[in-house]
Formats: sequence, structure tokens, C-alpha cells
Amino acid sequence: MAVEIRLPTVLRQHAGGQASIKANGATLGEALQDLTRQFPLLKDQVITEDGTLHKFVNVYKNDEDVRYLDKLDTKVDDGDTISILPAVAGG
Amino acid sequence: MLRIGEHGYEEMVAHALDGLPNEACGLLAGLPGQGKAHVVYRCRNAAESSRVYTVDPLDHLKADRDAEAKGMQIIGVYHSHTHTDAYPSPTDVAQAPDPNWHYVIVSLKDPEPVLRSFRIVDGKITEEPVVLERT
Repeated sequence: MAVEIRLPTVLRQHAGGQASIKANGATLGEALQDLTRQFPLLKDQVITEDGTLHKFVNVYKNDEDVRYLDKLDTKVDDGDTISILPAVAGG
Repeated sequence: MLRIGEHGYEEMVAHALDGLPNEACGLLAGLPGQGKAHVVYRCRNAAESSRVYTVDPLDHLKADRDAEAKGMQIIGVYHSHTHTDAYPSPTDVAQAPDPNWHYVIVSLKDPEPVLRSFRIVDGKITEEPVVLERT
């Protein structure tokens, strides 16, 4: 499955300045693996050492937050858009 | 320097007041590299707290998409401090997501709201001038 992964501005520097990247996989985890294979510097920004989604990013499949789907096991289909955005919080 | 249209400035202050007793938060969009907030997006504070804020993730996604459709990008975030000065808290610094963003704080501590803007790079806070423009 080929999906489009949209990157926030802060991460584009790790992907040659590109705003969106094509990646392949049947699940979100596989697509992100393909993304970080293409751009290894993105790995630490998105996935933790434990292999889970970093809490400082929010990831969406189309309009849905993947934390409320199956997280990294979320199935993806051809043409899906995966959006990565920084979690924005403070005090 | 952060340039804001008068309407955007008023919108942030109004949102800060509307959000009471909780902190209010939202995002700013502008054309890349111009340092001007053209659009103010009110977002829900998912933390629903008077002490902390979390920009509702879906509101962020909607704002990001809308900005992109306008040829803009998210260039900053604003939030209110209900009882403290308009200065970044340690939590604001620790969680600042992007060194290129403008960090606007509206303080409601005094009777007259105070709006200030900061850059936060590698944990270092630098205040920047806020310039109001007619449009």
C-alpha cells in the first residue's frame, strides 16, 4: 500500500526539506518504518526506543488520531494520508 | 519580531477572556518566512485546565490543513496565563515544539490583558517585539 506521509515544518529538515513523503506498508508501523528507512534522522523524532509512537507527536490517518485506532497496527490503504504533527502543550 | 493584524490581536485577547476560568490556546498561521500572523485559529484546550494547556490534536490538524490550503503554515501558538505574567513557564519551554515558532502569551493577571511574544530555542527564551498592523 502506498500512502502519503505529511511532515510538520519542524521535521522537514530531516527529510531534505520535503513536506510530504510517499511510503509503503500495510500498517502505519510499516509505513513509518519505510519512512525512517528513507530518512533515518526522522526515526528518533517519531518512534521511541521501545518501538512505540513518541508522545511528542500526534499521528493521524486521514482525519483520525491513530491513538484511537490501533496505533502502529492501524491498517492503511492506498491513497491514505498520514499526518504527523507536533503535540502542542504548555503551562 | 511578530507582526499581527489588529483583528488577530483582538481575537487572541478575546479568546483568552472567553476561555476563563481555563487557559485558552490556539495556533497562528502565516506565509513562510514573513513573521506575520495572518490567521488566528482558536483551538480547544484539551487539558481543560487553568494551569496547563494542550492544543486539541484534531483542532491542530484542521488548522494545519486550512493554513496549507491558503498557502500558509503554522508559525506559532498562543495561550493564556490566567493568574501569572505573560512570560513562558518552565513547562512552556520544556514542551516548545518548534524553534522557528512564535510563542505568544496573553496574561489576564492584571485588569488589562497583556500580550507578549517569545522565541524559544534550545530552552532559551528571547522576547520579541509585537507589531500591530491595520490589516
